[in-house]
Amino acid sequence: MSSQGRQNLALQAALAAGLLALLWWLLDVTAANMAERGIRSGFDFLRDPAGFAIGESLLPFDSADSTLWALAAGLANTLRVGLPAIVISTLLGTLIGLGRLSTNLLLRALCAGYVEALRNVPLLLQLLAWYFVVTDLLPLASEALQLAPHVFLSKSGLSLPWFGGDGGLFDLPLRGEMGIAGGAALTPEFLALLLGLSLYTAAYVAETVRAGIQSVPRGQSDAALALGLTRVQLFRLVLLPQALRSIIPPLTNQHLSLTKNASLAVAIGYPDLVSVANTTLNQTGRAAECIALIMAVYLILSLLAAWLSAWLEHRSGRWAQRT
Amino acid sequence: MRILILALTLLLHLSPAHAGKTLDQVRQRAQLVCGVSTGVIGFSSADSQGRWNGLDVDVCRAIAAAVLNDPNKVKYVPLNAQQRFTALQSGEVDLLSRNTTWTLTRDASLGLQFTAITYYDGQGFLVPKKLKVTSAKQLKNAEICVQSGTTTEKNLSDWFKTQGIKIKPVVFEKFEASIKAFFSGRCQAYTTDASALAFIRSKEAPKPDDYVVLPELISKEPLGPVVRRGDDEWFAIVKWVIFALIEAEEYGITQANLEQMKASPDPGIQRLLGSAEDTGKLLGLERDWAARAVKAVGNYGEMFQRNVGSASPLKLPRGVNALWNKGGLMYAPPVR
Repeated sequence: MSSQGRQNLALQAALAAGLLALLWWLLDVTAANMAERGIRSGFDFLRDPAGFAIGESLLPFDSADSTLWALAAGLANTLRVGLPAIVISTLLGTLIGLGRLSTNLLLRALCAGYVEALRNVPLLLQLLAWYFVVTDLLPLASEALQLAPHVFLSKSGLSLPWFGGDGGLFDLPLRGEMGIAGGAALTPEFLALLLGLSLYTAAYVAETVRAGIQSVPRGQSDAALALGLTRVQLFRLVLLPQALRSIIPPLTNQHLSLTKNASLAVAIGYPDLVSVANTTLNQTGRAAECIALIMAVYLILSLLAAWLSAWLEHRSGRWAQRT
Repeated sequence: MRILILALTLLLHLSPAHAGKTLDQVRQRAQLVCGVSTGVIGFSSADSQGRWNGLDVDVCRAIAAAVLNDPNKVKYVPLNAQQRFTALQSGEVDLLSRNTTWTLTRDASLGLQFTAITYYDGQGFLVPKKLKVTSAKQLKNAEICVQSGTTTEKNLSDWFKTQGIKIKPVVFEKFEASIKAFFSGRCQAYTTDASALAFIRSKEAPKPDDYVVLPELISKEPLGPVVRRGDDEWFAIVKWVIFALIEAEEYGITQANLEQMKASPDPGIQRLLGSAEDTGKLLGLERDWAARAVKAVGNYGEMFQRNVGSASPLKLPRGVNALWNKGGLMYAPPVR
């Protein structure tokens, strides 16, 4: 190693050590300050019973379960809305992105209109609008619409038969005094959040896809068409493999934003991770710990997604070379 | 995120605990910094000119009057439920006067201390009349709209558990969204402290007569101001200013008759108003500390009527918040 290289390495190591020391010092000072003021700190509260209920949960949850389990249920709810929204927004966004490149003027204008309308209105407003449209339009739970046997639609959401329940294989939704009881329900909060996140992110995905395809030099299409490839072949064999490499990194960013945007759920009453952590924070008063937990969880989610994206990028690179 | 900034303040506060320092700081800057809510009518809310008023705000004004001889030397910091304790812990506010329920966890583990109770509240339910529900026990399988960041969610879960009833909470971060969802029919019931339910029914409901407040109160919600732990001097000042306001009502001292009362032969009144012995020096305040507080906001009864009682839009009955000798729970230790 050259002396220049050694010097650089030493410098970087010193910087890293300095940053770690600073972080350690900050944590130490915080803990000391909190102890001095009689503020209890630490993560022991995670083992205590949560004491509050969660309206809808993918994981079985009862208020006697631990706070850690409540947060896990919140995370599961975040993923429950985030993953389908990623799939929907990617598919829809790709179609709209391609639509913007269409030779059909009307289709092109519609797709451009969609992108401009959706990405220029703040997401929070869109979510609230969807939510209140959904809850205002649907009938009261006591007057639920019956779409099919044991399938009801009302302000309480879409109630469906589901496995399990107290007796037998299926848990069937039935009309009760308080509206629909039993079965599984897709609540208006979930539906509005899924819809809002998917449609909003699709606008960004569309732009990413359009830009990716347009980044392939025009000569490539001309050459492919001159060779007699059909438009489908041109797209599948020439444009897509080259475009993917420039699409995937910004697409990952969109997926990450979507996951983080899902934290706006709390505004429309969906019990996601942030909503559950907020409640926990207030019940226990452990502000620093709860905020740190939320940050750590989102960091881990983002790192996982980034890692997945790097892997996909690597694969798409190989695919492009093979074809 | 404001809460993050507050947490960072806590992190970077290198000075040791503010033992005995709050009074000096308040005097030095000639201003009391009071943490209030982001808007709860009757307790703390800003009007169209940005002036704060309410029962909790009057507590701030009374303390500023007692300490600084001017009820207007208060800076109000609106805090949401998540921010409030961190703001007090980190020293951003001198006092948290924000409809906050006194509980063991909050009193014993947050480095904070509750001073006195300024309002005895309880959690109740609001339901649409056409649901034909007369008791909360009939809310089986109901969806209940609730605002997050309060003791409400835990009470809800506890109470229905003891009743053996399953309910589904729908939790909103913002008050406005929770109310809008309830009145659009998303939930079969809305729950919060009874003091707020009356207001929600009369001011927010499209037709107040279509809704009814259920008779049950499912929890005890003693509300009162909070200070940092470890500053006994300041703790005593806040506590005794509130006691003095309650004591003033008991003696019949009002904003209007304060000056005549100073000449009263009653030794109790003389002590309270500082016309006989000096009770102020025991608290590190001037002789007329209690008289200044009453002059600023009136006695406790006047504060109540003006902000939440018959002279306010809320029209809440005195109920358990009446004086102890009138069938209520308001009882102040003697000022002597």
